[in-house]
Amino acid sequence: MAEIKTAEVKVPPLKKLTNYPEKLAPGHRLCAGCGASIIIRQMFMVANALGYELIWANATGCVEVCTSIYPYTSWRSPWIHNAFENAAATIAGVEAAYKALKRKGKLPTDKKVKFIALGGDGGTYDIGFQSLSGALERGHDFIYVCYDNEAYMNTGIQRSSATPKYANTTTQPVGSESLGKPQHKKWMPEVAAAHGIPYVAQVAPSHWKDFMEKFKKALLTEGPAYINAFAVCPRGWRSKEEEGILVTKMAVETNYWPLFEVENGKWRITYRPKNPKPIEEYLKLQGRFKHLFKPENKDKIKELQEEVNRRWDWLNKMEEISNREE
Amino acid sequence: MRPELIKEVKYVPYSGNMAAAEAMRQINPDVVAAYPITPQTELMQFFADFVANGLVDTEYIPVESEHSAMSACVGAAAAGSRAMTATAGPGLAYMWEVLGIASGMRLPIIMTVVNRALSAPINIHGDQSDMMGARDQGWIQIFSENAEEQYDNLIQAIRIAEDERTRLPVMVGMDGFVISHAIERVRLLPDRAVEEFIGELKPMYPLLDVDNPVTHGSVAMTDSYMEFKRQQREAMMNAYKVIREVGEAFEEAFGKKYEHIETYKTEDADYILIIIGSTAGTAKFVIDKLREEKGIKVGLIKIRTYRPFPYYDVMDAIEASNCKAIGVFDRAETFGAVGGPLYSDIATAMYLRNKQYPMVSFIYGLGGRDTNVHHIEEAIDKVMQAAAGKEVSFINYLNLNE
Repeated sequence: MAEIKTAEVKVPPLKKLTNYPEKLAPGHRLCAGCGASIIIRQMFMVANALGYELIWANATGCVEVCTSIYPYTSWRSPWIHNAFENAAATIAGVEAAYKALKRKGKLPTDKKVKFIALGGDGGTYDIGFQSLSGALERGHDFIYVCYDNEAYMNTGIQRSSATPKYANTTTQPVGSESLGKPQHKKWMPEVAAAHGIPYVAQVAPSHWKDFMEKFKKALLTEGPAYINAFAVCPRGWRSKEEEGILVTKMAVETNYWPLFEVENGKWRITYRPKNPKPIEEYLKLQGRFKHLFKPENKDKIKELQEEVNRRWDWLNKMEEISNREE
Repeated sequence: MRPELIKEVKYVPYSGNMAAAEAMRQINPDVVAAYPITPQTELMQFFADFVANGLVDTEYIPVESEHSAMSACVGAAAAGSRAMTATAGPGLAYMWEVLGIASGMRLPIIMTVVNRALSAPINIHGDQSDMMGARDQGWIQIFSENAEEQYDNLIQAIRIAEDERTRLPVMVGMDGFVISHAIERVRLLPDRAVEEFIGELKPMYPLLDVDNPVTHGSVAMTDSYMEFKRQQREAMMNAYKVIREVGEAFEEAFGKKYEHIETYKTEDADYILIIIGSTAGTAKFVIDKLREEKGIKVGLIKIRTYRPFPYYDVMDAIEASNCKAIGVFDRAETFGAVGGPLYSDIATAMYLRNKQYPMVSFIYGLGGRDTNVHHIEEAIDKVMQAAAGKEVSFINYLNLNE
């Protein structure tokens, strides 16, 4: 695989980044405190600074619905929505058309273009999984970005395979016989990495420098890249709108949402909390876990802590194994 | 055809799949995204060979499913490129959601459908339930009787789809195995003649124009959705004209006539058969045989354009004949409705002209069941009974073991 030459390309300082024109226009209908729009704007900042034009395929979901209600659009960048489960296949078609037309001399050659497929966890972990897997395996030159808000939020908090265990959702609600979702979350970036693609990263918009550095790498990658972005959902998680970034930070500081990357098969944890906080610190900010704080459910919190530890240990092992000098 | 081109015309022994693949080679689309499925697999393999040997400039995407095949075609067409695919039966069913998106977004995608039965029970053989099931998804639907028609129809489909009055996707169907796998004589046009005939695609609002960013596939709420759908109907009505014009242009260029319907000995016919696809060929043979042996005057209307449905063309042909009764052949079921899907369309056509001919419905060839000369004769016998005022069962299955 080609080395990603990232060292010489620098993301400018934040002050400069904010000077570029906004390509996600204000006036979109995403909720106050929504993580997804922050993620998109941070991506645009990097693309603007490095001179890339982004071409988007957006799966059905919160972002799609809230940014494209006819006759308005929030996108000052080429954008297509096809259906819920096919953002990756759609961008594959766009990318193929680009290659074909460029070869035939029908497109300007001076533009730096990058293709982005954007989906929520529903369009990524679940219904769009096959389409994504196919596109990653075929090696299209694109970045798949999942804004993971851990349930089908657009339609009212239905569970997904990204929903963490014991979260309260409307299709697996908490009740006298139920503690919410019975299964742990799918480890999606790990699954993406198993495709052997050149670049995979997990990011959180609270740690924007880390995110922007990773998005830069994804932009510079030839071939498929996958980015899993933590997208706080105040409405679905029953968290305070103004605490969105706090919740995001806490997900990282508790190691619930480890920041890591897989670059050409080498795993690297990109941020290590000095003193990881207990998972309660993350859970208590969100109403979806409220029931876990009843005295009788203490062992459930312990179980969630164990899952966090299991994944963290696993990532550490992957980092060690994949970087071992033979 | 220009004299220097005539020398380059070839007559070859080709199957329907070979002919369709050859048309695709000559069309040389920018993007082909496809997934193999019997009986289309061969077609995709032929095209993959062209790609592997540099005979096309196409960006070829061997996707992981038909759903992704059509999704990628939508992306490619919206990007501003010429996109093609091919599928069959269950593959078309799996695409169903995206078919409506392709037509709703007014993308001129071209697809061969090698008509195959739908499951269950699973069956890989020919019938037309696949395209009938996709009937209302806003695609122009054209059916071919043989391999050469599939070839000619695909070439015409490019112009039909890309005309600014239509901008609709086109599916061209051929019966699985009977056409797709049977070798017959096919006339191939010279590469440059095809290239000239189809011309260049003029992209509309291409996604790849980064200086003029556009939003494709927005949400339309209650205040605008219906207007989009109304415009699609308008485009489909325009397609009726455009298909005829392109047929005329094809005849002028290559000397072969293509209309919405083909009539065979209907002018003096007492009985009319209406058929879609390869069985029309068998019917022509039976018509000749009955005329010669028994002096029974039967005629045939073969439906080439199924959507937009050529109601008036059909009625003009019927009314110009001595029609006493009609037999409508459906190679698909419409469970719980009257007759098959074609039967309903013919009934509508009669209503539009305030006519009521006796009409018998025949369901035939489901899952590749043979329909031979004998079965068509049997059907004609029923049509004659209906013409004579005898009671005939309303719906009839040909070659059914009961």
